[in-house]
Amino acid sequence: MNKIIILANGNGGEENNELISKVFYKAFENEILERSEDAAVLYDGALAFSTDSFTVSPLFFAGADIGKLAVCGTCNDLAMMGAKPKYLTCSVIIEEGFEVAQLERIVESMRKELEINGAIVVSGDTKVVPRGSVDKIFINTTGIGEILQKGISSNAITQEDVIIISRDIGAHGATIFAAREGMEISSSLESDCTSLFPQVKALIDADIKITAMRDATRGGLSAVLNEWTKQSDICIEVQEDKIPISDEVNGICEMLGFEAASLANEGTFVLAVKKEDASRAVEILQTFEKNAHAVVIGEVTQKYPKKVILKSAWGTSRFLEMPTGELLPRIC
Amino acid sequence: MGLQLKNLYDDFRNAETIKAYAKIIKEDAKKLEKSINIMEVCGGHTHTIMKYGILQLLPQNVKFVHGPGCPVCIMPKERIDHAYVLAMLEDVILVTLGDMIKVPGSRGSLQNARSKGADVRFVYSPLDCLQIAAQNPSKKIIFFAIGFETTTPMSAALLNAVVGKDIKNIFFHINHVTVPEAMAALLSDTECNIDAFLGPAHVSVISGSKIYEEFPKDYAKPVVVSGFEPVDVMQSISMIVKQFVERRCELEVEYKRAVIREGNLKAQELTAKFFEKAQNFRWRGLGDIPKSGLRLRDTYKDLDTEVIYKDILPTQEINDHKFCICGDILKGKATPSKCVIFGTVCKPTTPIGSCMVSSEGACAAYYKYGNL
Repeated sequence: MNKIIILANGNGGEENNELISKVFYKAFENEILERSEDAAVLYDGALAFSTDSFTVSPLFFAGADIGKLAVCGTCNDLAMMGAKPKYLTCSVIIEEGFEVAQLERIVESMRKELEINGAIVVSGDTKVVPRGSVDKIFINTTGIGEILQKGISSNAITQEDVIIISRDIGAHGATIFAAREGMEISSSLESDCTSLFPQVKALIDADIKITAMRDATRGGLSAVLNEWTKQSDICIEVQEDKIPISDEVNGICEMLGFEAASLANEGTFVLAVKKEDASRAVEILQTFEKNAHAVVIGEVTQKYPKKVILKSAWGTSRFLEMPTGELLPRIC
Repeated sequence: MGLQLKNLYDDFRNAETIKAYAKIIKEDAKKLEKSINIMEVCGGHTHTIMKYGILQLLPQNVKFVHGPGCPVCIMPKERIDHAYVLAMLEDVILVTLGDMIKVPGSRGSLQNARSKGADVRFVYSPLDCLQIAAQNPSKKIIFFAIGFETTTPMSAALLNAVVGKDIKNIFFHINHVTVPEAMAALLSDTECNIDAFLGPAHVSVISGSKIYEEFPKDYAKPVVVSGFEPVDVMQSISMIVKQFVERRCELEVEYKRAVIREGNLKAQELTAKFFEKAQNFRWRGLGDIPKSGLRLRDTYKDLDTEVIYKDILPTQEINDHKFCICGDILKGKATPSKCVIFGTVCKPTTPIGSCMVSSEGACAAYYKYGNL
């Protein structure tokens, strides 16, 4: 472990995991935490509980802003455990000199997104710090959800499952990076930031046998798949050309040298679903406007346990590794 | 609908075309008398070969040796220490290109320097320094310039702007290197195991294909100047195999869509205006290679931080780690899997040798994509 924190320690990938396990898990060690789920599952599987902080720059970007992101982020972590988001807390740290009009815009986005989730903010905290102590505004939200389907877990995936992606990947990361680099791209590229509870509810209502779900935030699709292979001791084999990627995201990856599978998403999730339910799950997802490209991308095997294999359309294969290094700092 | 970005690469990743070339190469390779080792000089090619699994498409008797062409990997620690020392200066903003930030010198990497308070930034274009300089008039902006022939003209363009507009707060630390001298240095090792070269197309877009003419002529090694998409690489491999089958030894250009013999004369002129050959450049993994680096011409010494900060820049040379076999890997004498510290002590997050430091290095590519 490095002695001084570097940006790569927050990348959602290998260095980030090292920091979490060597510093936080070491101190806070307990059974619930060690399950490493998107949200902690409490009271015999009745409640889901999660927290997330948001530091994105720029604050406003194509498709969303830090407010929408702050509600989606925590509500989605709850939804990924099959939970209905119910109660949130909201803490903000604001830099001296920040415009109230902007703050109101951010809070209004939060209100709208809470409505979509059917959740309410029940407690909060506000701190104002001297100029330079934070970059404009940082927001933390913490949420409690009521679990609608029990037993969803990233530790329970088996060869009976197939892997589904809910939509095209990388839109959030590409949008933020394009905005930061001041790249003026005439395209419809926007963040995928969205609340996922409606999709999750539709799947649960249809009685789909969901084994695991995870939203592919920092570290992207490749982080989720790699974490799953380790948590469930499986190999995931993915057909590379099945992964939906928009032309815009592909273009940005080409220009800036990224892999779409490592780019962050804020409204895209990966599902492990029992084989017999796979096509029905895809059909249900596709009824949502943003999920028209939902598709089965891979299968679970024991070929190389704890590894993700990408298979090309011309018959070659390679490992898809956990993202490392400084990817896209502070994008969520 | 006009030309879209994807039009530039879609056809060059076509599965049917790749499979067709694989078949041609397999057929032709049956006629080879002995197996051939092709060196891809450039890290961009290494990346393509590993990312697209190209080795899996080749017959047993067509092998690859991964070359030294990654500007970040070959940077010796003492020069990274220069960047570190400059970055830690109170009134300096150190600017460089992407991957350079995470490469450790003897005092740490630039991202370590940044975590200790240094102002280190990475840009996609050196010309972004102009904006940084305008926004920070009280700071000295030092551009830590790295790269082969491909990136040198961009540094020259920044120099041209600095000199032309008489900008007072942009300075340079030059680490530009050139490909042909490194290739010649590899071939001068009698144990070196290289039969042919894939030449990096982007270098030749600038310098022309002419820079490789000596290799078929003086060293009897065929060269094919190749693009970076999988179809480009497969076609180039096929061209090399055909040369051996037909007993030819030539310089050929696969990347005809942008490479001509003379290259980009305007870029060459701009580069020559500001740079001259340095006596020597020390390559991480390969050691000293005469005339393989560039330096600022004396006319511009007021912009050269190696002159300005001569008294505080460390001069001690730092040797490669004793277990590191990067030098042998670069000469085709060994593969990453033969190295005792590969994947254990030496990993992308804690690189020891030159080939692990950037995603374009041979070891990093092996580590990342595996050798399935």
